[in-house]
Amino acid sequence: MTVSASEIPAAAGIISVRNLIKQFGRFAALRGVTADFDAGKFHAILGDNGAGKTTLLRALAGLADPTRGTVAILGKNPREACREIGYMAHPSLLYDEMSGMENLRYFARLYDIAGDARCQQVIRSVGLDPELSRPIGQYSQGMRQRMSLARAILHDPKILLLDEPFSNVDVHSAQEMVGLLKHMRDAGKTIFVVTHQAALLEGVADEFIWMQAGQIVDRTPQLSAEHSGAGAQ
Amino acid sequence: MSSLRSITLATLAKDIRLEWRSKDAINSMLFFSLLVVVIFSFSFDPNAEESRQIAGGLIWVAFLFAAVVALNQTWARELRNQVLDAYRVSPAPANALFTAKVLGNFFLVSLLEALMAPLFMIFYNLRALGPAWQLIPVALLGTWALVVNGTFFAAMSLRTRSREIMLPLLLFPISIPAVQSMVEATRIILSGDGAARFWIVLLLTYDVVFTTACLALFETVLQAE
Repeated sequence: MTVSASEIPAAAGIISVRNLIKQFGRFAALRGVTADFDAGKFHAILGDNGAGKTTLLRALAGLADPTRGTVAILGKNPREACREIGYMAHPSLLYDEMSGMENLRYFARLYDIAGDARCQQVIRSVGLDPELSRPIGQYSQGMRQRMSLARAILHDPKILLLDEPFSNVDVHSAQEMVGLLKHMRDAGKTIFVVTHQAALLEGVADEFIWMQAGQIVDRTPQLSAEHSGAGAQ
Repeated sequence: MSSLRSITLATLAKDIRLEWRSKDAINSMLFFSLLVVVIFSFSFDPNAEESRQIAGGLIWVAFLFAAVVALNQTWARELRNQVLDAYRVSPAPANALFTAKVLGNFFLVSLLEALMAPLFMIFYNLRALGPAWQLIPVALLGTWALVVNGTFFAAMSLRTRSREIMLPLLLFPISIPAVQSMVEATRIILSGDGAARFWIVLLLTYDVVFTTACLALFETVLQAE
């Protein structure tokens, strides 16, 4: 079910979710999520496996149509607002047979970005070398994650939706990525990170959103000991 | 419109580059077609007249089966690393992706036909008694009919568990009018028995109808979960 803009309530935050239900057959991955998220904040989404974190992120990205309820991004449905959204999934969303630069050149065309300058700029911003000619399939997992982040920020979106960006990444690289995301938040981007490595975001995230069984059960400004067993390691 | 054209061309160039590096589809198609030519030529020993009667069916069935390999491959690489999601979250039009895939498959299957046609002629001792130039529109329209439906149904069966089986199940029944037109037109041209015009017009009509329908429905297929 695609929700038309006219059905979307006036957004209280940059992202507004109302009674969002997502079912896969009989299984309800999201059970009536209602929330508003402010612009320019860093939101960390935490919870156990199967809590609905990835499904919520996919619904915000427009990749999972709500079974019921609405999602409004800047007052539009996610597909209409796609130029404002950068999405990074757990898989790389990159072609293994092409180099990083070749991948970004292709995705730049999808956003009407001409020339190589922007591609080179984002590759450098994630700490990689645009001249690296070997295919993505031969990158380390950490390099792949960084290139995946480069793809997500290529079109300079206002909202970044990142699913497990630090998984399989060494601590040093993960901290570098957190630093980059903090810098982007300071520059006014709204960032959502689904992660099991909440400790990395302590002192960086503006809000920790705790999910359980398809619902948001708590939102706290700091990592709380109360939820430390729920996906925060 | 310029965006549609530039994204189509960028996607086509990307697909050709990926195929050039992996050679997954073209190698499988060539090997399969070569097997069909060799095995049938040893299994049967038709004279020239019998060859003209059966060659149309043999050639097009071989190309149809071989094309299925390319059609599955074209979407399989979009599923690896879930790259298709990167396209789905972008503002790029769905039809640019579909058109690029169809053009890429058309190029691959046409290349296969260009390589295999001389072998068919040699192994089956074929010489057209009718207007041989008409084989060109039959090949172009027939190949388009196979790839446009094949690309669409391959996309439809992407998220099914056994998509390699699902594609032929969906594609072959709907391709029957096109395949019959190709086979009949080829037989008539090779044997010189009458005019193939009716079958060529039928193929053209089939192409127009199914290309329009596939373009109209592809966005729904792409965004389906």
